[in-house]
Amino acid sequence: MTPLTARRLNPILWLGAPMALCAAASLICALPLKIYGLRPPEPLFALIPAFAWGMIRPSILPPFALLALGIFLDLLWGAPLGLWPLALMAAYAPVLLARTFLSAQGIWSLWAWYAAACAAALATGVFFMTLRAGVVPNLVGVAWQFLVTAALFPFANRLIERYEDADTRFR
Amino acid sequence: MSLRDGPLGDVRPPILWGVAVALAVAAVAALTLFLGDRREGPRAQDHGASRNAADTVIAPVSGVLATPVRWIGGGFDAVRNYFLAGGQNADLRRKLARALSWRDEALTLRQENARLRGLMGVTTDPPLPVVFARTVVDARGPFSNTRLIDAGASRGIVEGNPALGEHGLVGRVVGVAPNVSRVLLLTDVESRTPVLIVRTNGRAILTGDGGPSPQLAYLRTHDPLRDGDRVLTSGDGGVLPRGLPVGSAMKGPDGTWRVALDSDASPIEFVQILLFKTFAQLTPPGVLAPRDLPSTATDAPVAKPPPTAPATTPARPPAP
Repeated sequence: MTPLTARRLNPILWLGAPMALCAAASLICALPLKIYGLRPPEPLFALIPAFAWGMIRPSILPPFALLALGIFLDLLWGAPLGLWPLALMAAYAPVLLARTFLSAQGIWSLWAWYAAACAAALATGVFFMTLRAGVVPNLVGVAWQFLVTAALFPFANRLIERYEDADTRFR
Repeated sequence: MSLRDGPLGDVRPPILWGVAVALAVAAVAALTLFLGDRREGPRAQDHGASRNAADTVIAPVSGVLATPVRWIGGGFDAVRNYFLAGGQNADLRRKLARALSWRDEALTLRQENARLRGLMGVTTDPPLPVVFARTVVDARGPFSNTRLIDAGASRGIVEGNPALGEHGLVGRVVGVAPNVSRVLLLTDVESRTPVLIVRTNGRAILTGDGGPSPQLAYLRTHDPLRDGDRVLTSGDGGVLPRGLPVGSAMKGPDGTWRVALDSDASPIEFVQILLFKTFAQLTPPGVLAPRDLPSTATDAPVAKPPPTAPATTPARPPAP
């Protein structure tokens, strides 16, 4: 085993720091703001770690980190408890299963897969909210949130690049 | 003997299995939370304490962060007002001319109204107390439209109190902590508000869907709706008082009737919470006091009730 492969990831750095940053960014974006009479859309920052953690390495910690992050979003936004954890896990699980395939993709292709993960998360949200409320959530609003969240891929890519060679046992 | 020394010490399951189990456990936990969470009804308090505790922590942090954001918003408004000052001036002059003619008409109607009230002996609803609060968190996603405000139970707010903006109804309080409250907006997917159409006296349920204009569901009216029909709260169900302005009816792009909310034109920084609990608040206490109730004693002679108000006291009309 080379020294490189023996290097372990510090959970505080690859899990805790992105969680804290996403929570802070979500809190800032939830501040009341109207610009020219319009309320800006609400990006789903938590999708950045949900996608990147699945790509970086398989671990038993990210599902619980996503559970915690999702519950924070539910409490912050006043959504039903459990909605955003389910949506984030719906994005994380397929990425984890396809990580070998995804790690061989170029940046534009990876961006498209990130958008697909974002669509999976929001589709899960639409499904569960429709079941709960009996009304299909406004799809224009969903599309806006999809667009602003898909635009955050460079941050996810940065997180993946930062840790992709950190533990080569999982390459 | 440690597990590593046992017969299964060399068995190393693939890590993906462990991850799959962790994912399943986390998903089941999330699903359990989702199925058990109710904003209203008998199970509303299951997660109410955790929500209120989180709101209590989030509100002061967000309140501090919101200050520079308010400055930025104020800066945008100042720039906008500077460049649009000419147009706004002309618009305001037109509105002032219209308002002056309305003022004369309003004064006439007020006098006539007072005279007719005096003739009929009608008593008006007492004013409801109001609490003003500042918005510190504004959730505007497709699945939740709520606001966190910096006033709570310590100022008399209780769950169900209506929240109004500068121009109309914004939503109602669904969670209260000592110093913060959570307001469910009319646009939230789970918001249902009984409303009436002023022109036709029709009834409907205003149903939020996460978009800016909620739908009018279960619409019952004799005359067909028209664009611009005024929509007010109906007071049905007793959660909200009757007559709070909601907005104007409009045909949505999907062909359904929707409501352009009056509160869209209001600033989102401030809300006023109407401390409305029940319709009994709208009635003077003396009217509801028992006066002529029969005695519960069956054998003893019925005691004569004390003298009450004269029989000519006008009957109170049904609560609006």
